[in-house]
Amino acid sequence: MAEPQLLEMRGIVKRFPGVLANDGVDFDVRAGEVHTLLGENGAGKSTLMKILYGLYAADEGEVRLEGASVEIASPTDAIAHGIGMIHQHFMLVDTLTVAENVALGLESSRGILTDLDRVSERIADLSVRYGLHIDPEAVIWQLAVGQRQRVEIIKALYRDARLLILDEPTAVLTPQEVDQLFVTLRQMTSDGRGLIFISHKLHEVLALSDRITVLRHGRVTGNVAVEDATRQGLAEMMVGRQVQMVPDKPTVVTTEPVLKIEKLTVMGDRGDEAVRGLDLEVRAGEILGIAGVSGNGQRELAQSIAGLRGVESGTVQIDGADVTNLRPAEVRAQGLAYVPEERMHTGAIAGFSVTENLLLIDHGDKRFVSRGLLDFGAIRKHCQGLVDEYDVKTPGLDTPSQTLSGGNIQKMILARELSGTPKVLIAAQPTRGVDIGASEYIHRRLIEQRSESTGVLMVSEDLDEVFALSDRIAVIYEGQIIGIVDAATATREAVGLMMAGVEPEAIGE
Amino acid sequence: MSQLFTETVLIAIVASGIRLAVPLLLASLGEMYGQRSGVLNLGVDGIMLLGAFGGYYAVLRSGNVWFGLVVGAAVGMALGLASAVISVTLQAEQGISGIGVFLFGLGMSDLLFQKMVGTPVPITSFSDVHIPLLADIPVLGGMLFQHSMVVYLAFAAVPVSFFVLNRTTFGMNIRAVGENPEAADSLGVSVTRVRYATVTIGGTMAGFAGAALAIDLGIFQQNLTNAAGFIAIALVYFGAWRPVGVMAGALLYGFVNALVLQLKTLGIIPRSWSDIAAMAPAVVTILALVVVAQRFRQPAALTKPFTRGS
Repeated sequence: MAEPQLLEMRGIVKRFPGVLANDGVDFDVRAGEVHTLLGENGAGKSTLMKILYGLYAADEGEVRLEGASVEIASPTDAIAHGIGMIHQHFMLVDTLTVAENVALGLESSRGILTDLDRVSERIADLSVRYGLHIDPEAVIWQLAVGQRQRVEIIKALYRDARLLILDEPTAVLTPQEVDQLFVTLRQMTSDGRGLIFISHKLHEVLALSDRITVLRHGRVTGNVAVEDATRQGLAEMMVGRQVQMVPDKPTVVTTEPVLKIEKLTVMGDRGDEAVRGLDLEVRAGEILGIAGVSGNGQRELAQSIAGLRGVESGTVQIDGADVTNLRPAEVRAQGLAYVPEERMHTGAIAGFSVTENLLLIDHGDKRFVSRGLLDFGAIRKHCQGLVDEYDVKTPGLDTPSQTLSGGNIQKMILARELSGTPKVLIAAQPTRGVDIGASEYIHRRLIEQRSESTGVLMVSEDLDEVFALSDRIAVIYEGQIIGIVDAATATREAVGLMMAGVEPEAIGE
Repeated sequence: MSQLFTETVLIAIVASGIRLAVPLLLASLGEMYGQRSGVLNLGVDGIMLLGAFGGYYAVLRSGNVWFGLVVGAAVGMALGLASAVISVTLQAEQGISGIGVFLFGLGMSDLLFQKMVGTPVPITSFSDVHIPLLADIPVLGGMLFQHSMVVYLAFAAVPVSFFVLNRTTFGMNIRAVGENPEAADSLGVSVTRVRYATVTIGGTMAGFAGAALAIDLGIFQQNLTNAAGFIAIALVYFGAWRPVGVMAGALLYGFVNALVLQLKTLGIIPRSWSDIAAMAPAVVTILALVVVAQRFRQPAALTKPFTRGS
């Protein structure tokens, strides 16, 4: 028996200046199923969902809910039609309580007065029924990320959403929290709700979905039932060509540590200790992956090594030389290359051309200076060489960097950072927001660097990436390394538990 | 110095401190609504001045103080609405546009006064209302319960504001819009409507406050408020965006003012110092602001215009 059609979107077209974001997209969801929308950044997933949720108006096409054609002009309309959305960046008011956040925008049973006690009661009911464990009186800022997401789910359930859009809901969760989320989501589909799941993590997509629709450049390039889907097949539909999912890693003999961190303590932005007495060694010729839930000190660790954040106490050594609290240029002189997390903020200067960005750390180099002035001939030659070597797709050397795609900006930064011969490379979130093609390339480059005996410290919140590239995996939790495991033998479960703060000794075999 | 600590003088200081706090309290509570929803209106003083002139002129013509207050509030409402158009719809930079409103109010109120009145004519002022029984309590009665109706109204606005902000859906919407307008919008709360409402409320209360000041003094002159509107904005920060805090700030300012006046009257402060002494309330307020303001977080969306999908 075919389940009834909950949602049908037919021939959706959305144009932005210069871009066709959705080009005749068909998409449907049946009651009781999870239908995944898969695609790279810029493939048109978000645009399609924003149209469904009333944040954008489609230029062409039709939206039908339970068979009837509907106009959705605003989120209010969407909610009235039983559509809920869990945004990637939570839509919660931090200073309000759970109950207040849930009640926001709803009619109160007491007219102009709030009826929060009634709202709380219903939240408690829903919380029990779906195993969400949320206290209605808690103020949002007191809650952990996983709990906040459950508040978002309660918001949708409270409005009795029949169709729920989940925009990359797993991005901020530990593997265990993901499992827990999936149980809740399954329970929601068994109530006859339809879910639209947006993700680019293929193993999660395969674990949760009933059907999968793949978008590329605004068009549907595949629609498969989960039984017929494979990781490889999905990746190829996303990219449009063969991809190598797991890069080959040649054996490299690792030697003595090139990066040595002892009892490092670093303050976070809020004046708390973001890194607390952390010890870590990275050897020449290995990739050490740092796994951890976002906000456990990764950012501060990387910044303090690079000289961008003051060290409170402890030491950082590169190849035996103490670089603690040296200025960034001095740390670089000792052989550090740094690919920062905020690509457009600290990695490159948005308004600068490709040439200028490539030259940022070398502009004083003798090769590029002649009689006290920049030698543009030599500079162009050098930069053209880098652009070719690193496959940076740019219209020209003078193109402003901000017009390049995320992947090409990242390749440009890699080209600059690796053009010397670094002893230590820090790569923070190297492929976040980067398309699969460029990710593949960046991964290959990191592995090449490892073959050249660079010690690579890779910080990533993408566990697939950590497992695929690392030789060893160090798990960071509340500013300390809670455990280090061999990537070849470690399991996702064990790493996931450590990410949640469980000591490795407590994890059974 | 000893003459300061007589019963009559102390009662006079407290009573006049409360009276002096009233225009600030009203304007500041109004400004608080706007700021809680994310809009900083720097034009309060200009609105107060036009409200003051409107109120003064209405009383001058009609002899009815209540009519004067209504006119002041109406003038304030119109200017509040105009401010909302500027900062919400046109999304002007809030740190600057309000100064324009202030300068407009400053110049316009004086121009209207010159053209329509010319020479200052005193008007009927408020009469004091002695609250039965309470007014007869020794000491306290004289301090607290022998004021004009406007004073009681202004202080009643404190619990009312608390109630509106914390117990009504409107208040919840205000708090949500001031912290995370995207979230409020995604649930169907109209950010524009909430901000129009709060800025208009703020304007209305500022206009009312100006009229109350002019009628209390029984006079109008150029720059009558003497920057009280700016103090009112500072008091919102001082009061950490909470009605009771705002009231505490207004009272502190009023008491310091009353004390300085009394010290001058008694000759404790020599005449040559009086200009310096006149700065005392502002200095005290600023110092208190520095100490208090750092401990509280302002509404996250304060001064940030909202556009859907950006």
